[in-house]
Amino acid sequence: MSLVQVDGLSVRYGARTVLSHVSLSVSAGEIVTIVGPNGSGKTSLLRAIIGAVKPFRGRVVHGSGVKIGYVPQKLHIDETLPITVSRFLKLPGGVAAADINQALTQAGVPDLSGAQLSQLSGGQFQRVLLARALIGKPDLLLLDEATQGLDQRGSASFYQQIERVRQDTGCAVLMISHELHVVMSASDRVICLNGHVCCEGTPAVVASAPEYRALFGTGTGGALALYRHEHDHGHDHGDHNHDHNTEAAE
Amino acid sequence: MLDDFMVRAALAGIGVAIAAAPLGCFVVWRRMAYFGDATAHAAILGVALSLAFSMSIFIGTMAVALLMALTVSVLSGRGYAMDTLLGVLAHSALAFGLVAVSFISGVRIDLMAYLFGDILAVSRGDLAVIWGGAALVVALIGWRWSALLTSTLNEDLAHASGIDPKGEQLVLTLALAITVAVAIKVVGVLLIAAMLIIPAAAARPLSRTPEGMAIAAGTIGTLSAVVGLRAAYVFDTPAGPSIVCVAALIFLASSMIRNFKSVR
Repeated sequence: MSLVQVDGLSVRYGARTVLSHVSLSVSAGEIVTIVGPNGSGKTSLLRAIIGAVKPFRGRVVHGSGVKIGYVPQKLHIDETLPITVSRFLKLPGGVAAADINQALTQAGVPDLSGAQLSQLSGGQFQRVLLARALIGKPDLLLLDEATQGLDQRGSASFYQQIERVRQDTGCAVLMISHELHVVMSASDRVICLNGHVCCEGTPAVVASAPEYRALFGTGTGGALALYRHEHDHGHDHGDHNHDHNTEAAE
Repeated sequence: MLDDFMVRAALAGIGVAIAAAPLGCFVVWRRMAYFGDATAHAAILGVALSLAFSMSIFIGTMAVALLMALTVSVLSGRGYAMDTLLGVLAHSALAFGLVAVSFISGVRIDLMAYLFGDILAVSRGDLAVIWGGAALVVALIGWRWSALLTSTLNEDLAHASGIDPKGEQLVLTLALAITVAVAIKVVGVLLIAAMLIIPAAAARPLSRTPEGMAIAAGTIGTLSAVVGLRAAYVFDTPAGPSIVCVAALIFLASSMIRNFKSVR
């Protein structure tokens, strides 16, 4: 049984169609990554899954009793709003202190519960957001470019945390990322999105698909090589440069 | 006790301060200061209409304030720059209101009383309306507190928790309209936004939690009302502006405390 099923989903903002006929499903325990250029509708897809945007066509079906934890792209906490981490994690209500501590531990930041939210570093903040998503003991975690603004070490360690969470709790993960080389190696399945689903499959299959290469141009070689690099332990520095091109091109 | 006009004035000021405190916090957190201003300015049009159709000022101002707030909410998502939109709407509403008031013949009205408030002339009936309205605002915001706070932090997080941020925005809009209608007698349309924003801003450096900030804002607002009225009596100054001046001085003091803390 799938945790969430998206059937022929189209999303429009006014006259602009951002997603058309997107279908996908996520099964228990798998890590699925969505890649795609800017404006390809990745965030809209996640927002449709949590119900923040109404489908223009098609539908989103949640498996019965499936709990979803959502980690937003970026959260700006206004300086004017004083709030501690533990108060933030209690929202919108009815969360026991023990659950908060457990979630913070799972997210790798056990000592932050008394800190002010506005004074956290980028990496701490993303982990607090992860903790918040974990509090409801979700069956499915949704992450929208959760490592934006983190340096490479920071995001690599964040993704390791995600894998650890999956091992511990068995929850499935559906995430958006632009760091192809990092996430592709950790994913069970990759979906390449550009307004519609271009191609999908295992990381290796997607990386060699012509649709994917057409989207990511010359940088593809870099992402693919880096992906292999992590598995085959190759050391080709030219490929690193290609990888930077990918990120710059996005 | 209520026979003394100073006691009635103080109670009216405290009522407004209590209603304005939690709402003012949200106005500050959500950066809605201009929104509050626009809604309040529109209220003068409500005054004109109430007088023209000889209905209750409270109902008239509340209706127009609500209409204004809803208009801004609807238009804000449609490609207008927010500050331009508010600048156009707030000041046209104020201007149309002032022009409309001039058309009302037969009734001699003291426009100053609506622009700057007339807290010393608060009657027992006004007091009932003010405290009734304040209780309604506090109940409304208290009831939706967690949902409002979640929507304020992030709309997508709210959606993921099954909260509709648009609905919560509507709650705030309604509370704002009630507060404007209630406060018009006390500080007048031009200074309502001050009662919303200044106590909340002054409370910020003294608070660690959202709830603490709302309570601190209420305390600061109450203090401003009582001290401001006393000062107005002693120095023979206009009451509404005196209240706002005291609030501003408290804001100054609290900002200095924050700077002192950060230097240490």
